[in-house]
Amino acid sequence: MNKIISAEKAADLVKDGDTVMIGGFMSCGAPHLLIDKIHKKNVKNLTVISNDTGFAEDTEHNKAGIGKLIVNKHIAHMITSHIGTNKETGRQMNSGETKVSLIPQGTMAEQIRAAGCGLGGILTQTGLKTEVEEGKEKLVIDGKEYLLEKPLKGDVALLKGAVVDKKGNIFYSKTGRNFNPLMAMACKTVIVEADRIVEVGEIDPDSVVTSHIFIDYIVDGRIR
Amino acid sequence: MNPKEFIARRAAKELLDGNVVNLGIGLPTMIADYVDKNQDVTFQSENGIMGLGKKAEPGEEDYELTNAGGQPVTIRPGAMFFDSATSFGIIRGGHVDVTVLGALEVSQNGDIANWKIPGKMVPGMGGAMDLISGAKRVIVAMIHTQKGAPKIKRECNLPLTAAGKVTDIITEMAVFKITDRGLVMTEIAPDTTIEDVKNATDADLIVSKNLSVIKI
Repeated sequence: MNKIISAEKAADLVKDGDTVMIGGFMSCGAPHLLIDKIHKKNVKNLTVISNDTGFAEDTEHNKAGIGKLIVNKHIAHMITSHIGTNKETGRQMNSGETKVSLIPQGTMAEQIRAAGCGLGGILTQTGLKTEVEEGKEKLVIDGKEYLLEKPLKGDVALLKGAVVDKKGNIFYSKTGRNFNPLMAMACKTVIVEADRIVEVGEIDPDSVVTSHIFIDYIVDGRIR
Repeated sequence: MNPKEFIARRAAKELLDGNVVNLGIGLPTMIADYVDKNQDVTFQSENGIMGLGKKAEPGEEDYELTNAGGQPVTIRPGAMFFDSATSFGIIRGGHVDVTVLGALEVSQNGDIANWKIPGKMVPGMGGAMDLISGAKRVIVAMIHTQKGAPKIKRECNLPLTAAGKVTDIITEMAVFKITDRGLVMTEIAPDTTIEDVKNATDADLIVSKNLSVIKI
């Protein structure tokens, strides 16, 4: 089974109105080529789940990342933990142009993990006695109060791997790992953008972090 | 010495041998530079590092090795990388001994607000709510006032990041512990009077019987 497709074909898998998870943390470990292609294809009304909203524009070292999808209005609903590095997200939120749901980073990680691992939700003390608890069920377990946070799942996950073999096994580089392995398990269609594609067996099994069983498509990140 | 460096140097003395520590963005990040070399402190970065080192030198930046602010950093020998679920498992699971962060407001009972000024600035909470909920000690390191207005208050007016979780406050004027008795001032800066601190603080201040002068 050949999983390698062009970036354009991958972008065609993302439809208007889809819920899309995008890996990365302040643009580190984000699939920049796939983001570019989705922007070029002009997909609309996306719900995007990602740690942050990147930057308003590309700089010498930091690519805008999801910032590009915010600035160009591809997103109807942004679910994220932090928008402080992209003022445009805050502006669109305050003006009502884009719905922004802010959730604690650790809660978001577990909600995505829960969706991928068949859990009905997670219990956390994060957010108790803050705005985060509004409208949420609370449970008392062994005398301690917790918030029930439900799973977060998506239609398409866009990931970034440093080295990916032709079956889809992923090796991540340094802090590029972040949300990518969690998102790989939480979406119906999973696409990984690879910095380098290698033959099956070339990645030491001890170094594989995300199994090929989660990966539907591979895009060569070097072919722009 | 500028007040931020003074605060960072005093806060560094709280980081002890064997501690796992997460430092917030801004002033708290400076603290790492002043930790006693004889204290083996391990820094965690919530984007996926145990064993964070210093900022990367110009020309040696690796943009796949960044801190939670997206800046290129280095790691120390013995470091490892992990995903965000593991990272927050470490944080929420009580495996971080100390977190040091800034605040917009702190109350005398340990409430903290640092993620949102409604209608003005809403950066989001990032990992702060998890860190404050999960760390064993939560130290607020901040300039004592905001344009002269007290930041240490009876109650926070801004939306809370967490309730009753702050254990210590370190400012350029004084060091406080938040105890069952309330807000206790344990140390005071040189050339600062108790009256100065009271005037800059909108809270019921208990002065420790053992009040000492801050040494850095």
